[in-house]
Amino acid sequence: MNEELYDDYILDHYECPYHKGHIECPTCAHSEKNPLCGDQIRMELKLDDSGTVQEAFFNGKGCAISQAAASILCQHVEGKTLIELQSFQAPDMLRLLKVPLTATRQRCGLLGFKVLKTMMYARDHATAAQTPSPSDESNQPVVATSG
Amino acid sequence: MNTPLEIPSRRPFDMDTVRRDFPILARPLPNGAALAYLDNGATAQKPQAVIDKVREVYETCNANVHRGIHQLGDRVTVELEAAREKVRRFINAEDSAEIIFTSGTTMSINLVAQAWGRKFLKPGDEILLNEMEHHANLVPWQQTAKATGAKLRYLPLTTDGQLDATHFDRLITSRTKLVAVTGMSNVLGTTNPIRELAARAHQVGAVILVDGAQSVPHLPTDVRDPQIDFLAFSGHKLFGPTGIGVLYGRRQFLEAMDPFLCGGNMINEVHLESSTWGELPSKFEAGTIPIAEAIGLGAAIDYVQSLGFDAIHTQETKLLARAMRLLPQTPGVTIYGPSLERRGSIVSFTVEKVHPHDLADLLDQKGVAIRAGHHCTMPLHDWLDVPATARASFAFYNTEAEVDALIEAIHYARHKFRLE
Repeated sequence: MNEELYDDYILDHYECPYHKGHIECPTCAHSEKNPLCGDQIRMELKLDDSGTVQEAFFNGKGCAISQAAASILCQHVEGKTLIELQSFQAPDMLRLLKVPLTATRQRCGLLGFKVLKTMMYARDHATAAQTPSPSDESNQPVVATSG
Repeated sequence: MNTPLEIPSRRPFDMDTVRRDFPILARPLPNGAALAYLDNGATAQKPQAVIDKVREVYETCNANVHRGIHQLGDRVTVELEAAREKVRRFINAEDSAEIIFTSGTTMSINLVAQAWGRKFLKPGDEILLNEMEHHANLVPWQQTAKATGAKLRYLPLTTDGQLDATHFDRLITSRTKLVAVTGMSNVLGTTNPIRELAARAHQVGAVILVDGAQSVPHLPTDVRDPQIDFLAFSGHKLFGPTGIGVLYGRRQFLEAMDPFLCGGNMINEVHLESSTWGELPSKFEAGTIPIAEAIGLGAAIDYVQSLGFDAIHTQETKLLARAMRLLPQTPGVTIYGPSLERRGSIVSFTVEKVHPHDLADLLDQKGVAIRAGHHCTMPLHDWLDVPATARASFAFYNTEAEVDALIEAIHYARHKFRLE
């Protein structure tokens, strides 16, 4: 059905991932596990004052699909603003992978995406909860972790 | 009351006939590949006799049990009680009142953890577990320990994944009130020394519960030799329907326990302020149980007994021996667990540089169905120090050619991963 699932694009990202590691002082970071299979992904972003992703790094362990997808995601989000990323949805993420995934494997392919979205939600939430003040420090780091 | 039932006659084990009994085995997969179903530890396939029996119930005698004063209600009640009697005979229980129909092993163990554990365990009492247990025989005890103040103790494992008998003396003591142990590990295949554990548990006045999810479908089980106090197993791993399982409990324990679920069928008298409980087994069968599934389980037991455990064991040992010989010869493969003599027909393994999920996906492209992940045993995978494993689990209808298909498919996966 999906003979091409493990094509060179996925395997290249799996073997030589883009930005696997850590950012020294990330603006925000979040990690999650897929409890069903044990895949783990941590995403770290460095944002500039305008909310543009300057750097995106991931770390984790798991199957080729989850790890390659996180690598592809890091490449995709750099240079984009958080506002732009709000309209980036799961079907867009799946399209970036260029291979058809079964429902079960979509959980692997979307793990990094889910981490990104949870991190963005936590950041919005924390920013909204802050009492507005004249000297609004909107670039204060918000670090959310779980999993 | 034990009703005499006809014992299914034994037939010679003929692989072609056996495979024809399971219609799904001959059906090509959606991708056109031939199926090699090696995921029997997750759920087993169903013989035509079981499928026909469930269909027959719905087509000819569907009604609720123990209620309808009508012909259908009478007939389905007779069928259900006949299935209960088949279960009793299958595990050699003394009385069919000791056979409680549940939704599966998980519910059976939860029933004991709640209805027995929470009533009888006290602070300082010990529950003896071990790291190879399935989450279903671990998490319920964690919750019961929290609620009662009882302590969890863990029997260490030997390096090849067996219970370490040198710790029995130290850990099975007068403080031990329950030994909860699997008959066969769902990952390592390890078959545990139930006879010795039962004897030691009873010596110190403790109760033994056996998780028979994996062992009951593959090994003969006799709850009176050695004496087992509670036995939990599922219908669907025993070639029967999903949604049905069994809790066997010795009468004295079941009688001392309070009900687990309350409602219809399980009562004797209900008043506005209080109620009294029905007799066994109704006391633990509140509501409408999965009737057709229970009757289907009876048909599955008939099927297994018509083959007999000797023939089943011979075939499964052949498959396991071949897998345990060929897997380690395959580049990058590591297998986990004890030697052939100390395990049932399960083998878990990893392939270096290919995550088990990817492996399962690539094997599936070749029609080989295995399981990948932690198999609901996270503590065991911590102990093995791997995040996940791939597992092949065999049933009597598997062939040596299917073991070879597994090996070939592993080569294919390695090739896809640019490893060969």
